[in-house]
Amino acid sequence: QDTQEKETVNPERAEEAKLKAKYPNLGQKPGGSDFLMNGLQKGQKYFDSGDYNMAKAKMKNKPLPSAGQDKNLVTGDHIPTPQDLPQRKSSLVASKLAG
Amino acid sequence: ADIISTVEFNYSGDLLATGDKGGRVVIFQREQESKSRPHSRGEYNVYSTFQSHEPEFDYLKSLEIEEKINKIRWLPQQNAAHFLLSTNDKTIKLWKISERDKRAEGYNLKDEDGRLRDPFRITSLRVPILKPMDLMVEASPRRIFANAHTYHINSISVNSDHETYLSADDLRINLWHLEITDRSFNIVDIKPANMEELTEVITAAEFHPHHCNVFVYSSSKGTIRLCDMRSSALCDRHSKFFEEPEDPSSRSFFSEIISSISDVKFSHSGRYMMTRDYLSVKVWDLNMENRPVETYQVHEYLRSKLCSLYENDCIFDKFECCWNGSDSAIMTGSYNNFFRMFDRNTRRDITLEASRESSKPRAILKPRKVCTGGKRKKDEISVDSLDFNKKILHTAWHPMENIIAVAATNNLYIFQDKIN
Repeated sequence: QDTQEKETVNPERAEEAKLKAKYPNLGQKPGGSDFLMNGLQKGQKYFDSGDYNMAKAKMKNKPLPSAGQDKNLVTGDHIPTPQDLPQRKSSLVASKLAG
Repeated sequence: ADIISTVEFNYSGDLLATGDKGGRVVIFQREQESKSRPHSRGEYNVYSTFQSHEPEFDYLKSLEIEEKINKIRWLPQQNAAHFLLSTNDKTIKLWKISERDKRAEGYNLKDEDGRLRDPFRITSLRVPILKPMDLMVEASPRRIFANAHTYHINSISVNSDHETYLSADDLRINLWHLEITDRSFNIVDIKPANMEELTEVITAAEFHPHHCNVFVYSSSKGTIRLCDMRSSALCDRHSKFFEEPEDPSSRSFFSEIISSISDVKFSHSGRYMMTRDYLSVKVWDLNMENRPVETYQVHEYLRSKLCSLYENDCIFDKFECCWNGSDSAIMTGSYNNFFRMFDRNTRRDITLEASRESSKPRAILKPRKVCTGGKRKKDEISVDSLDFNKKILHTAWHPMENIIAVAATNNLYIFQDKIN
């Protein structure tokens, strides 16, 4: 069978060519580890639980005396809570380009 | 209303349970037919609503645990109460739903409003009597099966022995006894020693409807393994391996992704099983492992759209499928709120739409058609006009009658055969 003809007829291959044109760094193994590992890690959110609980406690009571801490220091108040963290989309666009 | 994430009829079909992304379970009950309103033949109304799961945070692993209900499975009814299993990513719960229509009155130690009576005032003894009250439906959690899954639970399946059930996550399958919550047996473990070597994950699992020692599980590579628990305690070696041979010359970047099986369901007869991959539904004869006996195209026109479907992640949507009570028909969902039904005997298929605009109550649904070629006929919809955000992933078919439940994002549609 003429392979040239098959390439133009096969819609899947045509779509594959489109994708490779858009993302030239696409990994060779699409269904491989990277993709699966992303699915396994769904829900992963990184933050410091100690800081999170301190911030939660701070919000409940009056703020503890700063004890010399500079009021302009924002690090203490800007601790992300699980709700604030952006959803880590387990989409592949990020990882496939990195691959 | 939240996005519906699972739909399931009970064994009699009188109850229909839905789970949603917010962790709630809503159960509908079929009304008894009444002579005064023959046309409202068996409508479903809300019977019970309860919060099954709450969002959690695993601090040790920095893992957010969604409250979304992934699956609900009913237990066969054994007494007046109804039992169901509901699961999120990590925890399975056994819920008891019971009715209360009587209340005791005439207690000795307390008043009707609950206040304790002064013991010195009690001069005579009376026997409390039961009085009827407005029907109250109560749901209470009877068992919590937790901490057995490192990865995300995708399936639960009640065994035909009515004593055990299985739960499957991406890499492992566990066997539980309904009475025991502090232990479960691991029956399948496909986690590689080195995670770098991971090539496939478990996507669905189900017990055989009659043989309590047999179950199947499907994979992201489009294969199904049938296991027999009599052969060994750990069923890492399958008894049967189902895979359709692939034409190597037509292999593409997308081949493996679209072959990933999103659902597997045994037929009621137990002779066949059905699998759903991205573009098709396949019926397998359990006696033939090398290829399916029937293949139905759900939306073949999407094959030439795979690039954009990969970019918007739709290619990873997990569609479910279901059999009708007699195994003569199968149903599955698609995009644009379309769902498809296939008659296995006549080989006829139909596309219908679940949306408010296209159907008034009691109106007959009009078949839909997607235009694939050049000229679009009137009433046809072109592939590029399909709304890929309106996906029907969850459908259910009444175990005996032609009544179907279709979940379209946050709406539930119930369709019935037209009354003659």
